Amino acid sequence: MDKNQSGYKVFIEEIGSISAFTWKFIKAFFNRKQEWKEIFRQCYIIGYQSMPLVGITAFIMGLVLTVQSRPTLEEFGAVSYLPAMVALSIVREIGPVVTALICAGKIGSSIGAELGSMRVTEQIDAMEVSGTNPFRYLVVTRVAACIFMLPVLVVVADSISLYASYLGVNLKGVLTWNLYYHQVFESLSFSDILPAYIKTYFFGLAIGIIGCYKGYYSNKGTEGVGLAANSAVVVSSLVVFIMDLIAVQIADMLGYT
Amino acid sequence: MKEESVVVTQNLIKSFENNHVLKGFNMDLQKGENLVVLGKSGSGKSVLIKCMVGLLYPDNGSVKVFGKEVADLSVNELDDLRIRIGFLFQSSALYDSMTVRENLEFPLKRHQPTLTQKELDDLVMEALANVGLERAADLMPSELSGGMRKRIGLARTLILKPEIMLYDEPTTGLDPITSREISELILEVQKNYKTSSIIITHDMDCARTVANRVIILINGERYAMGTFEELMKSDDPQLKPFFAAL
Ligand SMILES: Nc1ncnc2c1ncn2[C@@H]1O[C@H](COP(=O)(O)OP(=O)(O)OP(=O)(O)O)[C@@H](O)[C@H]1O
Ligand SMILES: [Mg+2]
Repeated sequence: MDKNQSGYKVFIEEIGSISAFTWKFIKAFFNRKQEWKEIFRQCYIIGYQSMPLVGITAFIMGLVLTVQSRPTLEEFGAVSYLPAMVALSIVREIGPVVTALICAGKIGSSIGAELGSMRVTEQIDAMEVSGTNPFRYLVVTRVAACIFMLPVLVVVADSISLYASYLGVNLKGVLTWNLYYHQVFESLSFSDILPAYIKTYFFGLAIGIIGCYKGYYSNKGTEGVGLAANSAVVVSSLVVFIMDLIAVQIADMLGYT
Repeated sequence: MKEESVVVTQNLIKSFENNHVLKGFNMDLQKGENLVVLGKSGSGKSVLIKCMVGLLYPDNGSVKVFGKEVADLSVNELDDLRIRIGFLFQSSALYDSMTVRENLEFPLKRHQPTLTQKELDDLVMEALANVGLERAADLMPSELSGGMRKRIGLARTLILKPEIMLYDEPTTGLDPITSREISELILEVQKNYKTSSIIITHDMDCARTVANRVIILINGERYAMGTFEELMKSDDPQLKPFFAAL
């Protein structure tokens, strides 16, 4: 077999085993037996870890986007659309995707490294032989926490971004908060918010699953841990984009445009 | 037979792709005895005991623990069995995100959820006292030395009072004095809890101290079995190297 073909085979096998891993998660997730305490702890950790970075990035994005869009709109004499336009791009696309990418970097790598080092140092085996199901205790809790927390982080990011955009509008020109607020929510309809919100759950699922998968099945040796963390970030970022693409298509088909 | 076997393997076969590790291994562990398994590095000793707790499954042959075939157990039965077996990992496998105290509380909280905090504290301190490390309760595993980690690992494994103990190289990488202490601990465990144990080791001092019986694993099979003295006196050229250092 030549090299390309075997690389292709590895790729297909990887997709297969990630799907099997996801299915295993789904079965365990809808089971009545859950490690609730650990899920809450993970939610706290994940939210706490990512909030500052998500907040700062969202602020800068809202501001920059507003400042940069102004000249173009000025050219068309449509500056009054500035808040509406920026709000739409933030809520529909930039907020969810950028937050997910930051989380892929921050959460994905830390889950990958943590589970990877637990695998390498036999901690996962130790948990298993002590009669605790490590899949339920380590994987289900982390993925569930990602699914629960990502939408929260996105809502926070959107709000901060919108506020930053308000400041951006006021850098040149004057717009009261009330008017800005009114314009933004006038322009946003339910069909903008719903699909964007739903996809964040799937982003959370992807980040959690891939981080856990890479760590849980990481290879022996210390380089296995680094590799797990690294490929968790790369693969989950890629999957976030692919999911985004699919989400747009689906929303489009359902008429949420 | 008067004695009672708690672990029996028959014709145990296990390979990893082309690496044939165990090729029909037979052994039994009697109730209350300390059985030492000797073998070269990579001969499959860790694989052997991992088959006994369902971390690995044999390709062929049988592994019976308390008379039950491990491979046939359901998930819940396997968990129940695992609680009765203590497994000391070669690498100690302490949970590094938890303090020593939390490491010891972990199995207790999960299997005896009705314990009060006071009872938990008492059990933890008792377990730490048994290995002489009360002062380490609030340290993180990364702050411990290799020997301390081994002892904490031992305390964590013993805290559920297992009926069978599987020690994977309990003294490897430790200085002779600490090794000696660990060997003594193994003897104490046998005496105090009436535990049946399999001890995997390269350390002949440890083997001599703790063994009631010794099995030598060569080429994936049981090459020899007997008391430490019997095997030491043997003229077999395959066995000589094991005892050369003594
Ligand atoms: N999970 C695994 N996957 C593939 N091969 C494995 C696995 N576990 C062990 N092996 C192989 O099985 C053989 C025996 O390994 P094992 O860990 O049992 O050796 P050991 O006798 O415990 O050696 P040591 O004294 O160095 O710990 C080795 O060649 C190892 O490469
Ligand atoms: Mg070993």
